Amino acid sequence: MVYFVFRYFEIILKSFIANWPITSYQLGMTSDRNKDLKVRWHDMGGKTADPIQLTEHDFELWEKRVDALMVLSSSKGYFTVDGLRRVLEDMGEEAYKEMAYYERWIASINQNLIESGAYNIQELGEKMAEVAKRGETYGDCSIEIVEQ
Amino acid sequence: MPHDHESHLSSSGHPYRKDQDKPLTYWQNMEISVREILIQKGIVSNLEIHQTIDDMDNRSPANGAKVVARAWTDQNYKKRLLENASDASKELGFDIGALKLIALENTETIHNVIVCTLCSCYPRNLLGLPPDWYKQRSYRSRIVKFPRKVLKEFGLHLSDDISIRVHDSTADMRYIVLPLRPKGTEKLSVEKLEALVTRDSMIGVGLPKSI
Amino acid sequence: MTVKIKSLFPPGHVRTPSYLRGKVGEIERELGYFHNPEQLAYDLPAQKIKLYRVRFTMSEIWGEEVECASDTIDAEIYEHWIEKD
Repeated sequence: MVYFVFRYFEIILKSFIANWPITSYQLGMTSDRNKDLKVRWHDMGGKTADPIQLTEHDFELWEKRVDALMVLSSSKGYFTVDGLRRVLEDMGEEAYKEMAYYERWIASINQNLIESGAYNIQELGEKMAEVAKRGETYGDCSIEIVEQ
Repeated sequence: MPHDHESHLSSSGHPYRKDQDKPLTYWQNMEISVREILIQKGIVSNLEIHQTIDDMDNRSPANGAKVVARAWTDQNYKKRLLENASDASKELGFDIGALKLIALENTETIHNVIVCTLCSCYPRNLLGLPPDWYKQRSYRSRIVKFPRKVLKEFGLHLSDDISIRVHDSTADMRYIVLPLRPKGTEKLSVEKLEALVTRDSMIGVGLPKSI
Repeated sequence: MTVKIKSLFPPGHVRTPSYLRGKVGEIERELGYFHNPEQLAYDLPAQKIKLYRVRFTMSEIWGEEVECASDTIDAEIYEHWIEKD
């Protein structure tokens, strides 16, 4: 009788451990790359995923401008592609799921530029408020600056 | 000199989408703001931005196709390409910059395919900007574990007597696949051969067009 | 030459994919010296480290689940991620 009680609790305990990610990792009980906390979200090789979606989109002007800002600010030494990647990774999986590719890029470029001292947060905040006042659409708000 | 992006075609040959008339998003505002601050501080100039976008638009798979078609028709060039693809593509006017290019030759028994499981590294100077699927989890996660299954989703079925080599761009190398020359193309001009080379065949998820 | 990738799992910006850690492969070619991305990413002075292309068999990495035993994966691995004997 004691044996069966003991077995009952053993089964409950094992099932509890197996379903508790942190403990199961520590006990080496999981090798599922999707749940393994040792593996960062962006490190995607071998994880389960849906079939390929073959649709593609033409890049919008603002997206190409983001890409150009990356190329230029890195070539001028403000940060490297490694810094871009590091911030993208640190933004986490939710950002990857919810934001478009170039939205994450401009967020990362901005973070890197602030860290490098190209401009400060106040300057950015004021500029973004100014830009928003120009109108409703990207076309309204994006003006070509006449350089002196 | 002002550059009229309204009439400018993207590298796919389509006009830029009319994003101009949708409500401004927070991130689009950030792009405008960052760009203007950098220009105002003299860190970048309008001209540089225009030039960079022009360069981007001028890069397309047609660049890679020239390299491939040349390798198909000139054995000495092919040898140079396989030894030092950076220098060989520079010969044709395509500069990969600080990174290093490696050309991967497909044979009757070996099929190469490239991926960046950690982000989206891609041979942009030869192929232009990467397609959406290349950057997505579906591709990055599965091509390194189930390449044959993934290639089938692209319509490419490879027999078991062909070995697949997957290349994960984890560091400073960039890759381009040198696909097998399609049969029956011995009499074709270099220009006609270039037209057979598809972007997907240079990534490894497809084959060149046949005649 | 046969090499084994270190089985370390630190957080942070690391360019050795976790699916290769602890795995054994063959050096396919030496690539030269490149600045350590783990330092560049944090805007720190970056040492130049030797970079290799290492080839792994699918079965080494994934075990029995593989589609075809002769398929391989090549990846670029920095020297400090390779176990010293």
